[in-house]
Amino acid sequence: MRPTKEQSLEVYRRMRRIRTFEERVGELFVRQQTAGSMLHLSIAEEAAAVGVTYPMREGDSFTTHHRGHGIFLARGADPKRMMAEIAGKADGYCRGKGGSMHIADRTLGHLGANAIVGGGIPAVVGAGLSYKVLAKPNVSIAFFGDGAMQQGVLYESMNLAALWRLPVVFVCVNNQWGMGTRIDRAAANTQFHERARTFGLEGHVVDGADVFAVIDIAERLVQGARDGRAAYLSVECYRYYGHARMDKSPYRTPEEEAEGRKQDPIQRAITRLREKDGATTGEFEAIDAAIAQEMDEAVEFAINAAPPPVTDLFRDVYDDHEPAPEPLRKRLERILTTNLTATN
Amino acid sequence: MIETTYREALGLALRHAMMEDPTVVIIGEEVGAYGGAYGVTKGLLQEFGKERVIDSPISEAGFVGAAVGAAMSGLRPVAELMYVDFSGIAMDQIANQAAKIRYMFGGQMGVPMVLRTQGGTGRSAAAQHSQSLEGWFLQVPGLRVALPGTVSDAYHLLRASLRQADPVVFIEHKALYVQKGKLDPTQADANWGRAVVRRPGGHVTVVTYSRMLTYALAAAENVAGHGVEAEVIDLRTLNPLDWETVSGSVTKTGRAIVVTEACLTGGPAAEISARIQEECFDFLEEPIVRIAGEDVPIPVAPALEARSVPTVALITEIIRKLVR
Repeated sequence: MRPTKEQSLEVYRRMRRIRTFEERVGELFVRQQTAGSMLHLSIAEEAAAVGVTYPMREGDSFTTHHRGHGIFLARGADPKRMMAEIAGKADGYCRGKGGSMHIADRTLGHLGANAIVGGGIPAVVGAGLSYKVLAKPNVSIAFFGDGAMQQGVLYESMNLAALWRLPVVFVCVNNQWGMGTRIDRAAANTQFHERARTFGLEGHVVDGADVFAVIDIAERLVQGARDGRAAYLSVECYRYYGHARMDKSPYRTPEEEAEGRKQDPIQRAITRLREKDGATTGEFEAIDAAIAQEMDEAVEFAINAAPPPVTDLFRDVYDDHEPAPEPLRKRLERILTTNLTATN
Repeated sequence: MIETTYREALGLALRHAMMEDPTVVIIGEEVGAYGGAYGVTKGLLQEFGKERVIDSPISEAGFVGAAVGAAMSGLRPVAELMYVDFSGIAMDQIANQAAKIRYMFGGQMGVPMVLRTQGGTGRSAAAQHSQSLEGWFLQVPGLRVALPGTVSDAYHLLRASLRQADPVVFIEHKALYVQKGKLDPTQADANWGRAVVRRPGGHVTVVTYSRMLTYALAAAENVAGHGVEAEVIDLRTLNPLDWETVSGSVTKTGRAIVVTEACLTGGPAAEISARIQEECFDFLEEPIVRIAGEDVPIPVAPALEARSVPTVALITEIIRKLVR
């Protein structure tokens, strides 16, 4: 890609939006004094999110892992409704039922974030199958972390996508760490793209600090997938912070973290924009200020939003036309009213 | 009205659904060229082509998961899991994905798929190919569980399952495939979620489903000669559970026997019995009795296999003892 200055600034803007969102989202739990333990940040993974989604079109779909905020934002999510969902509010994308790890939005093609490592991967095979059967020109992309590289269902999915020639791309956002286990303690061969090639997929690896390199390879692989050639891509990055909000990663050395944190896709984009396009501090500041305000509003929106009504507990277990499960208290009252005969 | 078999009735239901709805596709191991391990999908590949009758490699988690994704994306897949015993391999996709997607995502999307599978004893298939695991699925809110016990239901209950908005685990019984019976494909499909009183009687209620329906009916016939009238209820679906029909019968008879091929401990018979006890307590004349599979793996030796699950003789004996 030879982007214009405007396109490059837009790429920067999308990445900054993710970074600021992730920097702010923890406030929800501090201010509301709720646990929020299941919050996994995608800081320094912005190039994977923005780069791979760049060639996606309306009607395309995707699933993500538990560290998926950035990918959804890159596909156009509204940070207000995302924050509301993460805070467990009725105005959230999933009515406050899913939270950070189960956010989804049908209209934006988000078939769901998943909290089972690798669990959301075969769904894109099915989505790809439906595009093929229904003759739709769409692709479906599975995003997952390096932890999923050791899960069997990934390889079943890769094999099916290659065998059935489906419009599917598998994307490993390889941040080097699966919770407290570094990839070299999880796999003897960490050249994951080589595994994909043995299944007959196009397999590639790209520097996740270089968003324009990610865009280039993603455009090629996504187009190939639209033509029925399933593909795999490793986006190499580094998990800046702990696994989840409360994890300070004591299992990593300060030296490793310092080295890993040099791989910042946003700083890399800024340098390039300044050197190649003559972007000015004022231009960056204007973008950053607009984003800061957007995220301010999102945080306030989420905090002020109403929680779901308690009756929602029983809603959407089954289709709307079906009876909802009987609440425990109602059942107990019925039984005791009918059957307690000895004393009353 | 035609005379057919359980196996052919299932195949006919799939065929008719595929003729009516171009989004119905079949995915599974050996469903196409082979015609299905038990022959249910025979001929469908030739009629509908490989785009809609899709042979999968042996990848239960992969193809069941693909069916979930396809159901979220405009298709109405029927995934065939060759044996219910294999559901462990695919259980994440069934229990954590298919069952929870509607709820976790706030009702935005459902998973309208049918997972056809089969279980039970009767073919000396041993421990990993003979189980009755419907109780596993009952523990997962979001999953429907259907078990046809007659030739007519093989057709009509499958047709009704294919109209559901939520994932249905449809468990056939391997010993019933050759069962013959009458089928009228033109009659209305099974009244989803409603049990059927297969034999009326006033002395005792026998609640059952799947192959044990056949056994219970035979036992009811045996005791009728001794002046005992057993009412036999075929649940047909365990989720939803037709409580009205069960409680209506037990409040009338005052006695309840629950018969399942599934193991006794923590199984469907335990759930149904507990509910009868809670809700029909005042009407019960005798303890509720569970006649269920032994708490053992299924052995291959036919003589042992037959004894691992309830027999007609045992059901007969227990009914007679309960109704004195």
